[in-house]
Amino acid sequence: MSLSAREARLGWGLLAPALAWTFAFFVLPFAAMVALSFARMEGRTIVPAADPGNYLRILTEPAMRGALVNSLEITLVVTLVSAVLAYPLAAIIAFRVPRRWQRLALLAAVLPFWTSYVVRSYAWLLVLGQNGIVNRLLTGLNIVAEPLEIASTRAATIIGFVHFFVMLLTLTIYASLVQLPPSYARAAADLGAGRWATFRHVILPLTLPGVVTGAFLTFVLCIGDYITPQILGGNTELTLPQLIMLQLGRSGNFPLASALSVVLMIVVSLAYAASARWLRLDRI
Amino acid sequence: MRPLAWAYLAAAYAFIFLPVVVLVAFSFQDGRLPVPPLKGLTLDWYAKVLADRAVRAALWNSVVVAVLTSLVALVLGFLAAHALARVRLPGSAALRVLLIAPMTVSYLIIALGLLAVFNAAGIRPSLVTAGIGHVVINLPLCFAICFAAMGDQQKAAERAARDLGASEARVLWLVSAPMLAPALAAAFFLSLTFSWDEFIIAFLLTRFDVTLPVEIWSMLRSGLSPAINAVGALVFLVSAAAVMLAELLLARRRA
Amino acid sequence: MTAGLTIEGVSQRFGATEVLHDVSLAIAAGEFVVLLGPSGCGKTTLLNLIAGFAEPSRGRILIGGRDMAGIPPRDRPTTTVFQDYALFPHMTLGDNVAFGLRMRGVGRAERRARAAAMLELVGLAGRDGARPHELSGGQRQRVALARALAVEPEVLLLDEPLGALDLKLRRAMQEELKAIQRRVGTTFVHVTHDQEEAMAIADRVVVMNAGRIEDEGPPRQVYLRPRTLFSAGFMGEVNRIPLDGGLSPLGALVPGNGTLCLRPEAIGTEGPVALGPARVVEAAFFGTHVRARFAPLAAPAMQLVVYLPQTALPEPGAVMDLFARDPVILP
Repeated sequence: MSLSAREARLGWGLLAPALAWTFAFFVLPFAAMVALSFARMEGRTIVPAADPGNYLRILTEPAMRGALVNSLEITLVVTLVSAVLAYPLAAIIAFRVPRRWQRLALLAAVLPFWTSYVVRSYAWLLVLGQNGIVNRLLTGLNIVAEPLEIASTRAATIIGFVHFFVMLLTLTIYASLVQLPPSYARAAADLGAGRWATFRHVILPLTLPGVVTGAFLTFVLCIGDYITPQILGGNTELTLPQLIMLQLGRSGNFPLASALSVVLMIVVSLAYAASARWLRLDRI
Repeated sequence: MRPLAWAYLAAAYAFIFLPVVVLVAFSFQDGRLPVPPLKGLTLDWYAKVLADRAVRAALWNSVVVAVLTSLVALVLGFLAAHALARVRLPGSAALRVLLIAPMTVSYLIIALGLLAVFNAAGIRPSLVTAGIGHVVINLPLCFAICFAAMGDQQKAAERAARDLGASEARVLWLVSAPMLAPALAAAFFLSLTFSWDEFIIAFLLTRFDVTLPVEIWSMLRSGLSPAINAVGALVFLVSAAAVMLAELLLARRRA
Repeated sequence: MTAGLTIEGVSQRFGATEVLHDVSLAIAAGEFVVLLGPSGCGKTTLLNLIAGFAEPSRGRILIGGRDMAGIPPRDRPTTTVFQDYALFPHMTLGDNVAFGLRMRGVGRAERRARAAAMLELVGLAGRDGARPHELSGGQRQRVALARALAVEPEVLLLDEPLGALDLKLRRAMQEELKAIQRRVGTTFVHVTHDQEEAMAIADRVVVMNAGRIEDEGPPRQVYLRPRTLFSAGFMGEVNRIPLDGGLSPLGALVPGNGTLCLRPEAIGTEGPVALGPARVVEAAFFGTHVRARFAPLAAPAMQLVVYLPQTALPEPGAVMDLFARDPVILP
């Protein structure tokens, strides 16, 4: 066998296990799911078909459309608010905190990452609940007469999400900020730019790809999350993942759940297409 | 540092730590509900949680699943990265995209797909099926980290080793892996973290033996209790300590 | 616009190390001064102090007679051409060059026109719409120069700007820099470790070592009449012969005490100072000259480096009578 043929065989051999796993446990299930989305439910049995009925339901039924819209709204608000809050935090750590303490400051800003995700959302339930800290403070200081209903609302879901994604975005934006060669800021100052002008014209544009990457990650993770809306959101307006789980659990309606998942994937793909211009996924 | 910056930093940290502080504080609640006022301090809830069979089992399961799946993901990812970095195979770019693809798909969807396939094949949900799912989500990560870490210096060393007569397996074991040790360690620990905390795949793909996040979830079904605070605080403490330790070790190495 | 620059008794400390020690220098308006020295001699630190990126631990810096203490870089009448150019990658060349003007509130139309004119000055006419990544190193360097000159600074600072270029390009850029400086008349302070570059472009060379000024003057003077041994050795190859009351290992050469310094090209087959016979150790053809090493018969342990004309290529072992001119005696 020639050298290059032997090399190729070796390459494929080393690659095979990973490829096989990805194929068997990702590609296949994904294809199965897409196929399932066109199936029908008769009673409790799934009937394979080529029926776009599920998709029609999603597009027409108000509950389903509502969930999709709700998910989008929440996700967009969360992404925007988290980015706006995280950027200054990352910038302060990168530029104002003395070099020696930067790593520590960053670590402190993301330490709550290491609470379990489920527990973290639960903790917000405690904070925002009727008897929680926030309400105690508000009633105690006589700002309100009765405890506010904050938990089990969309606002609580958003707060819970923002808490998580501010930490994530602080990390990604910080990484983007410190990669910036300091000579750019120096050159700008040398040419007469004040602090704000340097930020506006040099630092912000050059770190925008990092911000967009983080924002895209936020979008994907947020729109696909079941836990936070389920714990904090109450049961009135559902999100897409909650709807998916509902269909799975209550009626075992795999086809509908699959169709909803495909819709979720499509939304994520659209988000990717929209931000691809600035996206640098290799830099995460 | 200007006062505005200080103020923002303080406010940000306060917001970020608020739930954690509340969590830990009310894990010592001498009372039934983990809400203000904080009546007294007691370690009863910690004792209760540590004695709880279900919690202990779930904890053990989480550790086993995390370690095993991370190892599998690491080995598969490392071999694949090595193959693609070393040999010019047709369609390398497409293969790379394929291997990284699962990172871009929501865990819920991955779980759903696996559930559908396992149901159809008659395979019951268990820690194994959940573990399979965890490898699916961690494999792309390990692959990406290893691939990014492979550089010219290490390729040159491998070539030298081959030139001196080493078989491919020995090259991998004696040259590639040791040289890539930091990247391998990073990939392993990151996978550990993701698997350890992962909920939705574990939730959908286990039945009787569950992982810790799933156990916590069922504790939640029964309502608010300082016991949950205690579990959460313990998980946080252990994880945070591990991270600070790793950070200290790395900092010493760098200095 | 141009102004003179005065550095008075400037010292700079970083922690426990003193990087600059009591440096004083007066630079006239419109002068092209080169700070020359090995790595770590403090030349870049001095440049940073002039630019305002650091404040001196002691001493003053005056530009155009104004004390620059406490004035940040953005408010100083200086601009810098950085070693890595630091062109803003997300802006076109035109926007890069116009940046300083924009910071000063110049209107868009005028900015564009001035930027175009500056790009033309540095030989990149019409490339206003290009981006830095499309250019070669030499071209980027010119854009950096244009950007720094666009705001018409009183003093232009250049931090080893030609370091990344290959020899031919460097030579061409040296000529261009000189020509541009003559045209705009701005005071240039240029930092380099390359003594040939310094001599090629400077009106005045300032030789620095270990935080102090060793020597300064027009290139010709610093080369032919160095003031210290370090300066002599740094400006080019030099032969050092110990001298005690006019006596040296080679006999009586010239009256004086200290070290007799002779440049290799000043030694040959004729001259006022007779060095005596010497044996050829090695001779190599260097293109413009032949570089030969001699061992004098009177002191065979000593090695003399001599530049002979291209046409002479003596065999190793041959013996020649050597003579020297332009002797310099340094303490």
